[in-house]
Amino acid sequence: MSALSTTIPHSETSWKLPARGPVAMYCLIAAEAAIFTIFVVAYIFYIGKSLSGPQPKDVLRVPIFFTVCLLSSSLTIHFAVNLLRSGKVRSFALWWFFTFALGAIFLAGTANEWRHLIYDEGLTIQTNLFGTTYYSLVGLHAFHVTVGLLAFAAVIIFTFLGTLGEQHAERVEVLSMYWHFVDVVWVVVFIVVYIIGR
Amino acid sequence: MSTESIAWPRPQAQPVPLVAQLHQWVTTVDHKRLGILYIAYALLFLAIGGLEAIIMRIQLIRPHNDFVSPQVFNRMFTMHGTTMIFFVAMPVMFGFANYLIPLMIGARDMAFPRLNAFSFWMTAFGGLFLYFSFLGGDGLFGDGSAPDVGWFAYAPLTSKTFSRGHSTDFWILSLLVSGFGSIGTSINIIATVLCMRCRGMTLGKMPLFAWLNITMAGLVILAVSPLTAAQLMLLVDRYLGGHFFDTQAGGSAVMWMHFFWVFGHPEVYVLVIPTFAFASEIIPVFSRKAIFGYPIMVAATVCIGFISMSVWAHHMFTVGMSSAANTFFVLSTMAISVPTGIKIFNWLATIWGGEIHFKTPMLFCIAFLFQFLIAGLTGVMLSAAPFNWQLSGSYFVVAHFHYVIVGAILFTLFGAFYYWFPKMSGRMYSEPLGKLHFWLFLIGFHLTFDFMHIPGILGMPRRIYTYEPGRGWDTWNLIVTIGTFFQAAGVLVFLGNLVWSYFRGKVAGSDPWDAWTLEWSTTSPPPEYNFATLPEVASRCPLWDLKHPEDPDWQYE
Repeated sequence: MSALSTTIPHSETSWKLPARGPVAMYCLIAAEAAIFTIFVVAYIFYIGKSLSGPQPKDVLRVPIFFTVCLLSSSLTIHFAVNLLRSGKVRSFALWWFFTFALGAIFLAGTANEWRHLIYDEGLTIQTNLFGTTYYSLVGLHAFHVTVGLLAFAAVIIFTFLGTLGEQHAERVEVLSMYWHFVDVVWVVVFIVVYIIGR
Repeated sequence: MSTESIAWPRPQAQPVPLVAQLHQWVTTVDHKRLGILYIAYALLFLAIGGLEAIIMRIQLIRPHNDFVSPQVFNRMFTMHGTTMIFFVAMPVMFGFANYLIPLMIGARDMAFPRLNAFSFWMTAFGGLFLYFSFLGGDGLFGDGSAPDVGWFAYAPLTSKTFSRGHSTDFWILSLLVSGFGSIGTSINIIATVLCMRCRGMTLGKMPLFAWLNITMAGLVILAVSPLTAAQLMLLVDRYLGGHFFDTQAGGSAVMWMHFFWVFGHPEVYVLVIPTFAFASEIIPVFSRKAIFGYPIMVAATVCIGFISMSVWAHHMFTVGMSSAANTFFVLSTMAISVPTGIKIFNWLATIWGGEIHFKTPMLFCIAFLFQFLIAGLTGVMLSAAPFNWQLSGSYFVVAHFHYVIVGAILFTLFGAFYYWFPKMSGRMYSEPLGKLHFWLFLIGFHLTFDFMHIPGILGMPRRIYTYEPGRGWDTWNLIVTIGTFFQAAGVLVFLGNLVWSYFRGKVAGSDPWDAWTLEWSTTSPPPEYNFATLPEVASRCPLWDLKHPEDPDWQYE
């Protein structure tokens, strides 16, 4: 029966399907977006419901500089991917490193903000509902930034080893989709935590 | 005849030693092997979860029974629910999707074979972890305790105050881990269907199986992720002293209900949509007709997928929501029965005027149609908020959702087992044993779940470990328990049939059912590469086109 050859008179039209990398990344982004949605909903629902202080308006400072850093890293990664696509590996490495550095600055900013809140203001995850929801939401985002930075570091290592080339442009682009998503999430977190929540 | 069938031409290469064989299974990235691993794993947990159900039913067989203690009873219903949903139903659907989708769309593997293996082992680890709680729940030196907070684990029962020890942590972490596996597999299914189809297979020419499974995978991505988020919050509460669900500190227990059911209701459709996929493949083949209304079936499925995400709070009518919210969820819940009804009519129209072959898979599918209709009708009853206020949390609800999960999902699943067993094993199953399984299970199912509605209407709440005599519940509970033994006998016949047929069944050949989809064009079981040359299709029934070149299907689509 295996002799059933599956040849059917066919047209010579081209047969093109979407690449699997971006499709999978869009799916992952959908899943991540659902996770963040739940945390954002919880944050919004619990605004002003803390039974004890400190309250957001007393302790939160708007991290404008670090936000600018993170959002501009979306631009630098976009340039980097374009450069890799046209085969300019050295300039790609430069822009890629900028992206990594901007992300790292943002993460340092979050760390410093947490240090200030914990040691100077006495706000921990146990203190009140604000603490619980704030550290969870911002921490979840910071975790995603960290994962992105680790992936960036891997790309940097491959660049130094000289194994990274034009042929990897599509994979690096999938990574950049993830990074754009992390940035968009920060826009939402910023609006919810630092504008609505205060 | 029998000697002929036993002489199965196996290649007589030197036998692979057992350790090497096991090593191959553990390290495999082949979608067919992973599919079988998923299915075997689910069958193991089906036996365990079934055993837990039987323990509960023995306890409830008469009033004031003391077969198990109340504590053990609580663990049994929690573990039964959790096991059946997360470690039986989801893995078995993923198993069939894994095995069949690449074969049906003419591909050689899934889009991401290693992600596939990773996802399976995450799920497998989650299940083992959950059951380790029997030993480790209170630490190895205490008496172990499995989770006992119910499968939806309402707050504040899950807080440290009310759930001491680690049993709830086992529940949280095992679902978290297996959730990652589910999301990984779903991403894989979507990428496979969108990116791996053979030449000519446009979206409109895919088998319905692929369409329904991509809808299921999308639902898993959007439904399991909220559960993951809620589990993370619960972990923050339990381990870091957070207050998400801590009502003492202003947190909200109702929040957990919303988060859980945002997952929990789409989950029902995650389970039932693949069974629609089975029915949509089996019913046409055994009615010898193409599926009726293919585009409408696709549209109805996607429609169900969307509506199912806006009905979750019908599990919460008794919590006391605003009447606007109640009205919304009543209407959206009733709305979902419209596309579901369309599907039932399409299957009936497929059978109508067909040349029906009453083989075991078809018998299970016909029972599915009948029982799914009744389950849908009690669903419409429960979707009306005033009726729900009366019966929520009673055995009527238990009977209703078991009618869906057993009467619709498990029945079609058994049909799928019989339908694709020849493809997976290369052997035919025993038809008399299959029919015996069907009738035993049908009788057992109706004894158990038809009569379970009645004590519910009479006011018997779910999750009680015993009850007073003289409330009119005694006889009904006795009948319900007797039914479970019929079901257990049916499942034993089923397992025996699988084992016997695997070794002694007639050789099946590549296309025992004279079917039309691509998986039947390759050998049974398929070679590791699936297809020697990748196929090319021109219609939804590529094998029909090959067998009937004078009257190809693409002329009619």
